[in-house]
Amino acid sequence: MNFDDTPQEAAFRAEAKAWISANAPKQYEEELRKSSLGRTVLKGANILEVAKAWQKKKADAGWACLHWPKEYGGRGSSPIERVIWQQEEGPFGKLSGMFIIGHGMCGPTMMAFAGEEQKRKYLPPLASGEKVWCQLFSEPAGGSDVAGLRTRAEKNGDDWIINGQKIWTSGAHYSDYGILLTRTDPNVAKHKGLTMFFLDMKSPGVEVRPIKQASGQSDFNEVYFTDVKIPDSQRLGTVNDGWNVSLTTLMNERMSIGAGVSTGFPELFDFCNSLMLEDGPAIEDRSVRSKLANYAVKASGLRYTSMRAISALSKGERPGPENSIGKLVAGSMVQEVAMYALDLQGAAGVLSGPEEAEVAGKFQAMLLRAPGTRVEGGTDEIMRNIIAERVLGLPGDIRVDKDVPFNKIPTKGRA
Amino acid sequence: MNFDFSDEQKQMRDEARKFLAEKCPPKAVREVLDGKAPYDKTLWKGLAEMGFLGVAIPEEFGGAGAGHLELCVIAEEMGRANAPVPFSSTVYLAAEALLLAGSDAQKQKWLPKIASGEAIGTLALFEGKGNPSPKAIKLQASGGTLSGVKKPVPDGAIADFAVVAARTGSTGRDSDISLFLVDLKTGGVEAKSLTNVDPTRGQAELTFKNAKAEPLGAAGDGWSILTQVLDRAAVLLAFEQVGGSDRALEMGRDYALDRIAFGRPIGSFQAVKHILADMYVSATLARSNCYYGAWALSTNASELPEAAAAARISATQAFQHCSKNNIQVHGGMGFTWEFDCHMYYRRANTTALTLGSLSYWEDQLIDRMRKKNAA
Repeated sequence: MNFDDTPQEAAFRAEAKAWISANAPKQYEEELRKSSLGRTVLKGANILEVAKAWQKKKADAGWACLHWPKEYGGRGSSPIERVIWQQEEGPFGKLSGMFIIGHGMCGPTMMAFAGEEQKRKYLPPLASGEKVWCQLFSEPAGGSDVAGLRTRAEKNGDDWIINGQKIWTSGAHYSDYGILLTRTDPNVAKHKGLTMFFLDMKSPGVEVRPIKQASGQSDFNEVYFTDVKIPDSQRLGTVNDGWNVSLTTLMNERMSIGAGVSTGFPELFDFCNSLMLEDGPAIEDRSVRSKLANYAVKASGLRYTSMRAISALSKGERPGPENSIGKLVAGSMVQEVAMYALDLQGAAGVLSGPEEAEVAGKFQAMLLRAPGTRVEGGTDEIMRNIIAERVLGLPGDIRVDKDVPFNKIPTKGRA
Repeated sequence: MNFDFSDEQKQMRDEARKFLAEKCPPKAVREVLDGKAPYDKTLWKGLAEMGFLGVAIPEEFGGAGAGHLELCVIAEEMGRANAPVPFSSTVYLAAEALLLAGSDAQKQKWLPKIASGEAIGTLALFEGKGNPSPKAIKLQASGGTLSGVKKPVPDGAIADFAVVAARTGSTGRDSDISLFLVDLKTGGVEAKSLTNVDPTRGQAELTFKNAKAEPLGAAGDGWSILTQVLDRAAVLLAFEQVGGSDRALEMGRDYALDRIAFGRPIGSFQAVKHILADMYVSATLARSNCYYGAWALSTNASELPEAAAAARISATQAFQHCSKNNIQVHGGMGFTWEFDCHMYYRRANTTALTLGSLSYWEDQLIDRMRKKNAA
């Protein structure tokens, strides 16, 4: 049980700190520090350009995708070095948001299933942020039930022809490539007829339509495929084995989403520490303190749970389903924190403009973004099922569609 | 950084678990629950022989001199087994107070007896309702004697000695409080057992009538020492609470796999699965907070006060959550005397109050975070 850096870790930290201090875009530090879930706005700058520039700079100096192998644009670092980097990168790490899916999910899937030549071609520009990737899994008919998807891929010579629709695709509107899960055989049970590909998002027949979210922002998209051609050489894994390929992606997804998820606690603590209520400072109010303490131990519990996972990882243990807890706990916590911070503002809690709202509308933005956190990457309910079934060993849900050919599964509830 | 117990410490945990599974089955806990004995004397002796009572006591005072991380893993197993022995009062409270503030002679006198199982110790702090506070301490010290009443005192009726918090000044400051060591067998103290929610852990009223007492630590340092003792005990007791949480979760899980209703195991119903998943979540968050507390305790880090409060709150919540939902998963059977669920439910709700209530520790945590923030 030791929280101190080893000499090797200390040397890595010093090197990282020095490089960040000399190279980070400091002009945005304050805005990034103040930004929270649902609101990262840089005045007078295009955040995509700032993020890409910072990522490129990191890649050129060998600080991008730390845990990836060097030949694919990474650094070959240990899990603990990755944590040290995150600690030192601080608010500038918030600029990595647009790369999370590419770096956390698409990259690892490519590493596991693409050919060597493809890996050397596609991974370095993904690591450096020059090319952005998205993940095309969810569909109107298959959200939590990923294997329920209907987008078809049909073989035509050396190509596959794709028709169908995806939804909730984060970042598709600025992505260059995507990994795509399709149905290649509707006559077998749903998990057995899927195939995974990667494709150029600029391919003819791909149409991206941003979805306006409850928050008013558009982070997600609908993506339509009309006779889109994908060469067979861009298939990942064998035909009809897409379910297994996607499990690799989803496991990496839980690791990368679960590790960095925001709880809203630091923001709430700072807020309560400075807020004045009618009867005096909020932080001296008994009920406020009780609430804060409850959130504090959840936030610290998550922090140390992820440190335990990293310790296990550095000993060579594989990340397990227990990592689902990060997103499950933080997702509903951030929502509650936002509601509580608004409650403390009383009638004025409804105001969200940067000028008239407390702390520039930070919690109002968090409130409107929070419902998505509880759904994306698996709903709270799916996370609880994963814990119950895969950690505690309870029986799986009864699945009436499990052994039924996909094209015989009912598609409507009430007839 | 390495955020886990060492292989040796894990081995010690396995050893303690095996020992307790054999020597402290639910049947043994029930003997005490049913009032056949005030505590399990055979188990207490066995714990001494295994070296568990003195695991964090230095060798020069008769202990194993291992350390607090080792004590944490033992504590977890004591909680898992729901052991009906005065471990927490003797080892976390009395021994820690002696280690922190005792003179060499006091340590020589009591610590070897704790390690060998010959002496049971306790901390006499509370005087009726309320949480730890210098203002609440009325018991008076004068001329080397103490007069007043303490209650509830954990294991007070079976203890051989007590660390007693007494008033030695009237300035209204924390420095009015001093600690004393009282040999409860030398007269001047009347002990009365009190009925309580968890009969496997005794509570008593101690009445001091000019009882002979020797100072423990410097006069006026009492409150500062007590705060440290409570923080250390909070981490250790939190490990017991985590052990109890895990056991309650296991009981619920096992029952959900065995019990058939509507033609299938109840553990296959999502409503039941999700109760158990939430129990796992609370136990895991508590365990992680406890590990941080263990690190802070074992290194005497400046983070200890904050880490101790976080571990305490998180583990209290987890044990209450897991023990109540274990009963829920068991349905009607869970509410019967015959099933063991209520023993963990009792323990969860009494350990929740042993060192001051949840709201007290919530208050402490926020104070400590504010101080750190201001620094």
